[in-house]
Order: sequence, then structure tokens, then C-alpha cells
Amino acid sequence: MKINFKKLLSRNETVLIFAIVIFAFVIGSKSPEFFTLANLFDILRSSFVQLLFALGVLIVIISGGIDVSFPIVGIFAGYTAVVIMQKFELNGESLLIPIVLAIVIGVLLGGFNAIAIAGFGIPTLIATLGTAGVFRGVMLSFVGASFISDIPIALDKFSTADLIKFESEAGTLVRLHVLVIPIAVITVLISLMLSRTFFGRSIYALGGGVESTRRLGISVKRTQTKIYMLVGGLSGLAGILYVSLQRKANPYDLAGSELDVIAAVVLGGASIMGGYGTVFGTVLGVLFINMIKNNLVLLGVSSSWQRAAVGVLLVIGITIQAISENRKNRQRRSATETEGE
Amino acid sequence: MIKTETAQYSVEQIVKSFGGARALSNVSMSVESGEVHCLAGENGSGKSTLIKIMSGVHAPDSGIIRLAEKEFTHLSPREAVQEGIQVIFQDFSLLPNLSVAENIALPTRIFNNTKFISKKETRNIAIEALELIGVDMDITAPVADISIASKQLIAIARATNLGVKMLFMDEPTTALTRKEINRLFQVVDQLKKRGVATVFVSHKIDEIQEICSTITVLRNGEVVADGLMKDFGAKEISKAMTGQDISTTRIAPMLKKTNKQVLEVKKLTSTHTFDEISFSVAPGEILGITGLLGSGRTELAEAIFGKYPVDSGEIVINGQSVELNSSTAALEAGIGYVPPDRLTQGLFLEQSILRNLVAVGVDSYKSKLGMLSPKKLIEVGSRWISDLSIKTKNSANPVTSLSGGNQQRVVLAKWFAMKPRLMILNGPTVGVDVGSKREILEIIKVRASEGMSFVVVSDDIPELIQICHRVLVIKNGRISREFEESELKDSLLYKELN
Repeated sequence: MKINFKKLLSRNETVLIFAIVIFAFVIGSKSPEFFTLANLFDILRSSFVQLLFALGVLIVIISGGIDVSFPIVGIFAGYTAVVIMQKFELNGESLLIPIVLAIVIGVLLGGFNAIAIAGFGIPTLIATLGTAGVFRGVMLSFVGASFISDIPIALDKFSTADLIKFESEAGTLVRLHVLVIPIAVITVLISLMLSRTFFGRSIYALGGGVESTRRLGISVKRTQTKIYMLVGGLSGLAGILYVSLQRKANPYDLAGSELDVIAAVVLGGASIMGGYGTVFGTVLGVLFINMIKNNLVLLGVSSSWQRAAVGVLLVIGITIQAISENRKNRQRRSATETEGE
Repeated sequence: MIKTETAQYSVEQIVKSFGGARALSNVSMSVESGEVHCLAGENGSGKSTLIKIMSGVHAPDSGIIRLAEKEFTHLSPREAVQEGIQVIFQDFSLLPNLSVAENIALPTRIFNNTKFISKKETRNIAIEALELIGVDMDITAPVADISIASKQLIAIARATNLGVKMLFMDEPTTALTRKEINRLFQVVDQLKKRGVATVFVSHKIDEIQEICSTITVLRNGEVVADGLMKDFGAKEISKAMTGQDISTTRIAPMLKKTNKQVLEVKKLTSTHTFDEISFSVAPGEILGITGLLGSGRTELAEAIFGKYPVDSGEIVINGQSVELNSSTAALEAGIGYVPPDRLTQGLFLEQSILRNLVAVGVDSYKSKLGMLSPKKLIEVGSRWISDLSIKTKNSANPVTSLSGGNQQRVVLAKWFAMKPRLMILNGPTVGVDVGSKREILEIIKVRASEGMSFVVVSDDIPELIQICHRVLVIKNGRISREFEESELKDSLLYKELN
């Protein structure tokens, strides 16, 4: 089979890889620290939680929706799991209990999103904006509003569970967290789900056209319900891992992280109009955003500019999408013309 | 050996209303295995609603759906698919983001209730389905990138794949050339031999007579005629459809001979879309423009109004050259444009009828201080409501409260208020019932006899013959033929189109 280079070049993933390489060289040329294993592992560590959130957002965006409630769902699930552990004096040695708790809470909260979206047909942005407010309010008034620093022992220990750990020649500690394995597994599973299962293809179908999907005999409501519950579960898992990695449960955390995550997914090539997007692109998008955020300082850019930088990237990503869409439309029109002859 | 399917599908006493408006009342119809059944009727007669009920998209208010031995009060789309019912919708209902292969394979997946998907299997299903209808195409291309005719073939391949017992085709020929229609008919013949029951929906009487063996005619949601096709002539069918004797009597007003031209289009070109188009329109003249979907007719109409980008050429209004690619310039020169999709492009749906009526000319109602006087606006609005006999109790009601025909009148009034020299109407009667259609044509006629010129873009040939002084046929972005008043015959026009 011949590889179509033109097609390959026009793919979002290819563009993103180039962008990552170029940025890496720019930053690396200014600061030799960039090209160290320690820095690479740092970028990976800061990407774990974000990637889980991003995979959820990717699924929602492919289906033609948008979810802005995931950071709240994440911290709600993570914080509540810790509170439940303490209140009912559950076995603090167990890592599994808080994780399962958080996932279950996430799925439940996702279920509320599903009720609003699939049940009442509320536009996804408004629905999740609304539920985000409700979840936050419920958490702060009923679960708790105080910072918890003595999280269960297993969660606390897990933050330093490293797969690789050694001291480099320069004397810095090089650590790769064990999470890299489960996160990789989850990423591959989501990718397989999207490309190889009927449910995954229904998500793409939904993004291609709601009415067409319904006419095919695919239940739109059922598919949406599954999507939002799955995304809730992913967010819950992300939330508890965040709590563990930070070694504290702060109910005010994560709010505002939606910008980074959505920017990563859009830069990764997912169309905000729905129907398009890949897991590989999202992984690249997350790595790209984290590389930039972690290393702007090395370039001498003040950290207060990080948010602005991510915002600019998001706008650039969407602009590229809009321009290529316009160009395609023109080509399409002429293609129809010539074929009609 | 080809597997033969057996199917007997009938609906009895189906009733369906949408928000008080009755779409279907006591409709019964039945189709058998190997039968090609025609469902005919004007726009708004209830055909689409009936298809949607029979295929599970809508649930009927009452009535019975009978499939072989099974009885249903309503079907879900999934049940319908699993019972072997497939619909080819007018818009094809394909998913543009997925490949040709996947679009074809999806219904088979649903039919088989597959959970996991292999790409190889998808490929095989698609190739097999395309072979079944004798078509060869690149199955890896995304559907967004292929032509309308290919999309249609995909829709057919997808629907006629294994498992189909009952096939609905909703106006399948609208976007096709005669050659492609012949191929479609071959496919329908094959399906007939396989024992598939087919319901074929079309306005085009010659096609219906060619392919169908039985017919049901709907009018205003009721069955007004049914039986064997051979018992019906073209005249009987159109009479049943419209409820009147063939209404293609011309109503175009007499045209005064003059050398003046209101509009002159000179060598208008837009790369890839249309090429060196030249024509002119005299005062009071109604010029028709027709062509198949994708011929460039809509783009041409938009280009004259400055909405579609033009690369070269000239547009002259009353001897004055108009700036190209500018709707503002076109408006100022006295050109008005009514888009085909009035609901999304021509009206502010949630706003009041009155506000819509005065929206375009709002600048001309300003007082010296730049303020709008409500009294003045109401005066202007009421005049138009009575002039165009728009049926409403209160002009403060939103436009959505009006019927399709009345909405279209609001759009027209809005533009007439600007006193344009030339009105471009793109599909002026799409989605409008028969009675309103008549009245809209009457409105055009009256305005034309007062001296306003019209360009009417439409694919409704009888309508063009009724109202136009001349008709241009556009093919592949060029004027393929001009029909003078004396040559306006539907057979000639249809022939030129295909």
C-alpha cells in the first residue's frame, strides 16, 4: 500500500508532532535542562490526571457535545471518597476502596448530566455548566468545604509509588510514577473502544448527525447516557488520582482546569462541531500543553502567562479547524461540479 | 442463488397530529413482497409523515401497523431495522464524518446486533453491498468528500443490503440525471426480483408510471385514490394529487415590448461553479432559471445578489454597473433576494410578524432624529398584511404561528416594502401547500404586471411554465438552453434537464 504523504501531512497529529518537536528545540536551545529524563518524567507525571480528563472530553466532543463539569465531578468524587473513608473509618491501607468509591461517585454525577442532556434535551454546554454549579454547591455545603491534609495512608503512599527511581549524575532525583502503566492501558482501551466497538462507532455517528443516527436505529438517548456516565467515571478516577498525587484533598482544586483540557483535546484534532477526533491526537495535545506549561519558565516567560498561552493555543487550534473546513467546502463544491459532468 | 424475501406490510387507520394540525387522518395502505408501490402527493400532503411512521421515526396517535403476522401500535427505529425495514431519505441521512464503507456497514451491524467491529468485516460488508447493486467506488473516502450522485448510491447500497424486506425511497430521483435514474430503476427491478417490497415516493409522474405497479395518492393527509397503476393515467394522478384539473395553465402577464433592460448579467464567472453566464431581464419580465442540484443555479442566484463570490463579469442594473460581491451594493441598486430556506435565512422566527415585515426597509422608516415611530411601523405592517392577504389575527404574534405559505408571504412582503426593481426568488414555493402556492404565484403575477421584474429559481417545472416568460436551463455551470415563451412545454424542459 502506498502511503499518501499529502494526506499524512494534512493530519492534525502530524502537525502537532512537528509543533512539539519545534517547541522542544526552541526550549532546549535556551535551557539544557529541558532534554533530561527528569524533565520528561515530570511532564508525564503532570499529564496523567489531565489525560484522563481529556479522554472523557474527547468522547463528549466526538459525540457533538461539550462537557465543562468534569473538573468539578473529578474533585467532587475525589474529595467525597476521602471524606467517606474517614467518616466510616474504612480501611486506610486499601487503595482500591477510595478509587472504586470515586469512580462510582463520578458515574453517578455523570448520570445527572445524562438525565439533563439525554432526558430533558438540554444543550450540553448549558446542561454541564448548570450541573457543575449544582455539584459544586452540594459538595461545599453537604460534603465539606475544608482542606483535608491527612488523606488515607494508601493514597498518600501511592503518590510516591515510582516505577523507576534513581539519582542522576547532576544530583537530581529522576522518578517515573507507576501510574504510567494503568494510564497507558486505559488510553489504549478507550482507543479500542472508539475504533472497534459498536458503541464507539455510535459516538462518531452521533457527532456526524443526530437525526441520521436516530434514523439508523441507534438510540440517541441510550448512547448519550452511556457517554456521560463513562465520562463521569473517568473524571472520578482522575479526581481521586489527583488527590493522591497532591497528597491532599482540597474541594477548591481543579476548578478552572477545563481550559487546559479542552485546549489539549481541540489541539489534538477533535472537531468542536463533533464527529472527528482521535485518542492519539488527544495524547499529543495533552503532552504539548503540559510541555509548554511546565517549561515556559525555562524560556523566561512568567508563569502568570501560562493561562494566556494555553488560551492562545486553543484559539489557534480552532482557527486552523475553521480555515481547513472552509477550504474543504470549496473543494467539495468543485468536486461535485466536475463529477456532475 | 438470490435469496428471496417475503414481506407483507400494511398500516390501518393511521392518525397523526402535530400540535393540533392533523397530518394524517385514517390512512391505510398495504404493500406486498415484490411490489413497487407508488406513494404520491403534493408537498405537505402527509407522505413524509406516513413514511416516518412506517419506519418508526414517529409514533402514530392511533392506528395499527401490521408486519407479516405481527401487530404494532408503533415501531421504534431499531425495531423497524430489525424487522427489515429500510428508508432512503431525501437527504440520504448519511454520516459525513465516516467512510463510505462504514456508512454502508452500520445498518448491518445494527441488524446483527454486533458489539465489536473489525475493519476487515466492514470492508467486506461494504464491497458486498455495492456489488449487489452493481456499483464500484472508493470505499475508504469520507462521505463528506463525494458527489451527490455517489451519496445516493451509498444510501441505496446501505438500505438494500442483506436483511431488507421493505424499502422506502423518499424522492430518490431529485438529484439524479436521467442516466443515473435508469441505473436506479435497474436496482429497483433487482430488488423486486429478490422479493423486496418497495414504496417509491415521487412527484414526477412519468417516473412513477415507469417503475410502479400500484399507487396510493395522499392529499391533505387523506388517501384520495389507490389501486393498480395501469388504471391511472397521468391526468388522473395529478388530479388526485392536486384536487383540481391540471393547473399548468399559464398565468404569466402580458409582457410589453421594450428595449430597456432592468438587469444585465455579462459573462459572470465563479471558478468551479459557473462560467461566463450572460442574460438580461426586461421590466415586468419573469425569468425562470432551473437546473439539477449542483448545477450552479442557486450559486448564480446568490451571486447576482452579491452573496456568492464571483471572480469576473459584470452586473448592470438599469444601465448602471453594480459592485460585485457586495449584498449592500445589490440592495442599494434595487435587487431583492428571497432564499430557498426561508426558515433559516429569510425570517426572524421568534420575532413578531410586524417586525419581520419592516425589518429590511427599517432604515427608510426612520424619522429625522433616527428614531423609529411605532405608529408608522404598524401602519406599514398592516398595509402589507392586507395587501398580500396574510392570514393572522394579530401582527404582534411570532412568525412561527403562521403556516408555511403565510410565512413565505411575510418574506415576500418584507422585500416588496423595499420597492426593488428586481426580485430574485430562490425556490419560492418549496414546502408550501398547493393552495398557497397558487396564491404566491398570483402575487408574483400582480407585481410583475405593475413593472417589477423577477428571477425565479426553481426545480418545479410546471411552476416555471405557469409563471415565467422565459426559462434558462443551467447545466454544469453554463446556460445549456434558453426557452422562449412559445417553447415552454414540460416535456421539452424535462428533456433538456436530464
